[in-house]
Formats: sequence, C-alpha cells, structure tokens
Amino acid sequence: MRRRTLLTAAGLGAGTLFGAAACGSDDSSGSGDSSTTQVAFQQWGSGTVMKDYLTSVKTAYESANTGKTMELVPIVASENDYYTKLQLMMRSPRTSPDIVYEDTFLINSDIQAGYLQPLDSFLESWDEWDQFQDTAKGAAKAADGKTYGVPDGTDTRALWFNKRLLVQAGLPEAWEPKSWDDVLAACREIKGKLPGVTPMNVYAGKAAGEAASMQGFEMIFYGTGSTLYDADSGMWNVGSPEFRDSLTLLKTLYDEGLCPDPQIALDAQVSTRVGEEFLPGGTLAIALDGSWMSNNWLDTGGAPWAEWADVMATVPMPTRDGSDPGSISMSGGWTWAITKNAANADEAWNVISTLTSFDNQLNYNIANASVAVRKDIAADPTYTGSNSTLEFFSSLVPVTQYRPQNTEYPRVSNEIQVAMEAVVTGQASPSEAADAYDDAVKGIVGEDKTTTL
Amino acid sequence: MATMTRPTPSGGVELHKRTHPVRRDVVRALPLTPAVVLLLIFLVGPILWCCYAAFTNTALTGAGSGDTRFVGLDNFRQAFGSDAFWNSVVLTLVFTLLSAVIGQNVLGLALALLQKRATAVVRTIVGTAVIGAWVIPEVVAGYVWYAYLAQDGTMNEIISRLGLSQNWLYTLPILAVSVANIWRGTAFSMLVYNAALSEIPQEIEEAAEMDGATGFSKLVHVTIPMLRRTLTTNLMLITLQTLSAFGLIWTMTRGGPGTKSQTLPLYMYEQAFSFSQLGYGTALALVLLAVGAVFSVFYMRLLREDA
Repeated sequence: MRRRTLLTAAGLGAGTLFGAAACGSDDSSGSGDSSTTQVAFQQWGSGTVMKDYLTSVKTAYESANTGKTMELVPIVASENDYYTKLQLMMRSPRTSPDIVYEDTFLINSDIQAGYLQPLDSFLESWDEWDQFQDTAKGAAKAADGKTYGVPDGTDTRALWFNKRLLVQAGLPEAWEPKSWDDVLAACREIKGKLPGVTPMNVYAGKAAGEAASMQGFEMIFYGTGSTLYDADSGMWNVGSPEFRDSLTLLKTLYDEGLCPDPQIALDAQVSTRVGEEFLPGGTLAIALDGSWMSNNWLDTGGAPWAEWADVMATVPMPTRDGSDPGSISMSGGWTWAITKNAANADEAWNVISTLTSFDNQLNYNIANASVAVRKDIAADPTYTGSNSTLEFFSSLVPVTQYRPQNTEYPRVSNEIQVAMEAVVTGQASPSEAADAYDDAVKGIVGEDKTTTL
Repeated sequence: MATMTRPTPSGGVELHKRTHPVRRDVVRALPLTPAVVLLLIFLVGPILWCCYAAFTNTALTGAGSGDTRFVGLDNFRQAFGSDAFWNSVVLTLVFTLLSAVIGQNVLGLALALLQKRATAVVRTIVGTAVIGAWVIPEVVAGYVWYAYLAQDGTMNEIISRLGLSQNWLYTLPILAVSVANIWRGTAFSMLVYNAALSEIPQEIEEAAEMDGATGFSKLVHVTIPMLRRTLTTNLMLITLQTLSAFGLIWTMTRGGPGTKSQTLPLYMYEQAFSFSQLGYGTALALVLLAVGAVFSVFYMRLLREDA
C-alpha cells in the first residue's frame, strides 16, 4: 500500500512537471525563426503610407534574398497606445519584434529600459551612413554615446491655412502673422465673418498624445524664448511665467471658440480628422500642424485632394511678440531600431539598411512628405520637385527646436498634456494647471533637478 | 487486526468524525495536483506579482524598467498625496453608490415586485428586455449609450423641443455613466430578488393582508424584513462588481472630459499603461482592493447582525 502511494505520487508529480515544461519550451528569441524578420510599425487611421512602403520593400527584399522573409506587424493604436503596446511587446523575448519603428522622443527612454541594441558596429561598415546629416545621426544617440536607430526623416511645424477661407474673411492671401496677437486677431476675424468655420486647430489633451505636446504646446511655449529643459545644467524648468502665458493663450483660444469644440479636440481621432476631414472639407481655416500634413492629400494618402496645393498655404508660426528669430518650429522624427531580443541582429540590420537605402527612403520621403535627413535625398530633384511645401518646411530647419533629449521627457510630456486638458475643459485655471505640472515634474525628476530657467 | 468502528457520539453537538485515514484523502486528491498547480500559477501568481510590484518602481519604459528598484511605500505616499487620486476615489464612491447601491438595487427590487403581480406575457417581455441589456458585451453597451447621449445622439433629438440639448457625456459625465451602468446591471438584482421573493411563503402575505396591511406597509413591514439577507448579499455582490467597472466608462468617456469621470480603475489604467508606471498602477490596484474589502466588511457586519 505504501509503495503504491509513493509510486502514484511520483508519477503524478513527474507528469505535472513535464506538462508545465512542455508549455514553456518555445523558442526564446524574437521571431523564433531566424530567417524571418518581424517589423513592427503603427497603423492608425485610413492612411496606408507606411504599410504601402513596407510592403513594396518586403516584396523587393524577399525576391532579392531567397529563403528570407520580412513579416510586417502592424500595431493598430493611436499615438500613446502605440508606444505602450510596443513596450509591452518588447518586454518579453517571446513577443518581441526584431525591428521597431521608434519615435525619437521615446527612444532614450526605451534605451534606458534595455529594449534596444546599439547599431554602431553595423553603422561603421555602412557606406551610406555618411549621407545622413549630423543632426540626424545624433537623433537616436543615447547618453552612452552609442547610436540605437537610423532616422527615416524629420519634420518641422508651422501654420497651414486655407487661402480661400482667409480671403473670404477679409485677410490677405499672403497672410503673415508676426506675433501671437496677429494670430488671435486673424482667428477672431474668421470667427466673426465665417460662422460655420472653425478658425484654428491647436492640439490639446491626453487623447492627442505627443501631438498635443509638440504641435500644440511646445510650438507656443518655445516661441516665448523659454525652454522645458536646459541640457547643460541638466535642470528642468518649473515655475515658469512663460509656461503660464502659453496655457493662457490656449485658454483664450478655446474659451473664445476659436478652436474646435473640446469634445472633438479631446478625441483620439482628432489628428486624423483634421487632416482628412476638416481641412479638405473647408471647415477649418488654420491648423498648427506638421510638415507631413500634405501626405494625406496625395494620391497615396488617406484623403486624396487634387487641388490642395492651390487651396492650402503655409506660413511660419511666429514667436510671441515677433522677437528674434521671428518664427519657431519644432522637429522630431522617427527611427528604425533593432530590439535587444531580436532573433538575428545581422538579418535585422540587412532589412534596416534596405529600408533606409537611398531609393527606398526617397520613395518614403516623397509619399510621407517628410523633410529629408539624407543629404543625397535633400538634393535630389525628384524629391524637391515632388511637393511644393517641402522647400518651405526645409527652410524652417535653422530656427527649429528639439525636445529635451532626456529619458524622463515622455513622462514630462504626459504632464503637459494633462495640464492642457485641464485648461481646455475648464477644470483648472492656467496657473493651477501650471502649479500641478510643476509638482508633477518635481515628482518625476526629483526636486533637485528643477529650477526656474 | 483492527476493525474500523464508527466512534459513538458522546452527546451534544456531533462533530464530523474522520472515518478513514488522512493518507487516503491525500491519495484521492493527488490527481488534482496538475490542475491545482496551474490554478496557483495563473490565478495566485499574478496577484502575488502585483503585491510585489506595488512596492517597486517598475515601469514599461525608462529608469523604472531598466533598473527596477524596491521603493517601499513611495507609491502609496504618492497616491495619497495626489489630487488626481482623491478625485478618482470620490468619483468611484459616487459612481458605486449611485449606480449600484441605489440604482440597480432599487430598480431590481421594484422590477421583481412588479413581476410577481404581472401577467406571464408582460413578465416575459420585461424579463427579456432587462436581461438582454445585461448580456450584451460591455463595449457594445458603451457604444450604444455613447450614441444615445452624444451631441448628435438620439437623446438630444428627442428632447430638442425642450431646448435642453447638450452633450450629456461632456456636461454630466459621471451621471451619464451611472445611468448607463444602472441600465446594464439591473438584471442581476432583478433575478436575485425574483428568486428571493418566490421563497416568501404565501401564508405570511395573506396573514398580513388579513391583519389589514395595505400595499406599501406590507412591503415595508413584511416583505423587506424577510428579504434582508438577500438584500445584503446582493448589495455586496453588485458593489464589488461596480467598483471594478472599466470597459463601460472607458468606451463612453475615456475618463473625460479632463478627469471628470475618471474612477479609480480608469486612473489606474492611465497611470499603468498610458503613462507606463506599472509600479504606481499596481499600488493603486491594491488600494482598490482595500476599498472593496472595506465595503465587504461593512456588508458582512450587516449580515451578521440579523443572523
């Protein structure tokens, strides 16, 4: 009786162990199969620029390299959700893609989290790396001096406006605001003369994500001459009167009805709607937005609009009172990076160097209306001739500012969005929201790293 | 050779006596080991990890992810010092009291009482409609109410003559999600009270009527006292269910505008996933657990008092 019990116990115990082990015996790296490279990217809205680009590269790559495949992993999520989903995927070797499309503002944070691997060894032997502009090369450089991503383009931001609507409101076709007051005056004119038209769009709120922080807040805030963070001293700016002034401008715009209804503005779809619905439909006159906007209206875009170049015009966003340098722009950009858990780093590098090679990146920059980061593309006549606004946006590069290259920036950016949403919904006054922001930043980076700049 | 004899009771309360050795029980339980082990890993494991993570600074990205450290009670200190946290606690209490304790409970009881007196046809129709609302997926229910209460929604079209059109989800968000939750969850209370009412013997009601009790006083003095245990149990169940309601509110308002409908589960989701602070998010989860525990203790006390 005793021996039987012992044997039964041993048998069941072993069975449990084997069962549990069998469940967990998958391959432990990236795609599991080292001849497949998984490429993760964001798919949001009806535009398919990235998907089309990747599909064309995939067909060419697979026919040139028999036996190797590129697997496209679209992550269907809005801005902030995309970053979260990507981070969750990268945390485990089992779900991690090999190549990821990373925004430059988040790359430092993800590098510190240990999700990505340095590309220096590959870049040293890549003959096309020197074609990249110096600022671009530094876009994905971490604090340890290593480069973790290859940029595929950059962008600048300015004011898009509908010439016909402005003329109808009595403003000049070659509208050129020189200060915040000029912008406000124009908006008020449009509001008075064209009742069915929203004068201006400024992204605000958590749902719009980084678009609200960058196209919205930072385009206003950096135009005061102030900054969020001083890289030399490593100090974050708190208690800033310019911060409050920027929030006050936002409040004025929304309170006077010069911007879309908060219910529309605080919706996750707002950036898609501005590009695909409001601007082509003529219900929005001015948009504080990015250089890539026109990619919506090309034949390859989500809302093809043949006469866009005749109707839409661009002008730089002025600084607060027109003081030097007169206009302000913010630049960001996206990069291709290899995850730490990639099954085969050499293969992944092959794919990246194909994606960012001259021909492929030229096609992408044209379809996406991005500002080129490669000197050879910037000089190429096919590129320069492809889009009438490219010359204008490239001309903003000398005045453009960059977001703080700091790992805590993403968290600070979230707090900016919280402050904007509080002001726009009326839940807090600009000074209350600014105080809440200051407290939040002190909590994130530590009080010793904050000061009033 | 020992014979097994049933031990004779010594009088008084008879305890369940063991009739066979412990070993046989263990052997009989052995086939369950794989299942138990799996349950432990997948049910208890995450809870244990959650308890651990609440005391660290783990995050999805940044310093907390690359270099996870034990931070003790910092997450809890941050929570209790945060305005957003207290806002979400207040909103959670308002939402739970309004939609569960008052809304679903009272409506469920009313429906059950009315169903007792209704004809079979009416009973079936009402029953199907109410249970139908309960059974549809949470996200679908959220979208239905979003479409109903939004600026260009059905509600505004109906009351546009009264001039009260507004985006209910924007002006009265917590009220809007409470109403939606009452609509969705009443079926559960109704079913529970249906069952409880059918257990009340007819004779007691007839006796009360013969003593001259009218409808309302019969309800208050006869029916409800007999339902007291069901009442408390039902309240406990729906309170705990409502405390963790996430999908409905998320689909309707996403916690907005601003933070006007951001109950604790939504605040927790925002901090853990949108802002990538997993450590802080799990600490909030433990706080929510504690709130649920407080409610449970309160209801258990009520139950025990009238045992």
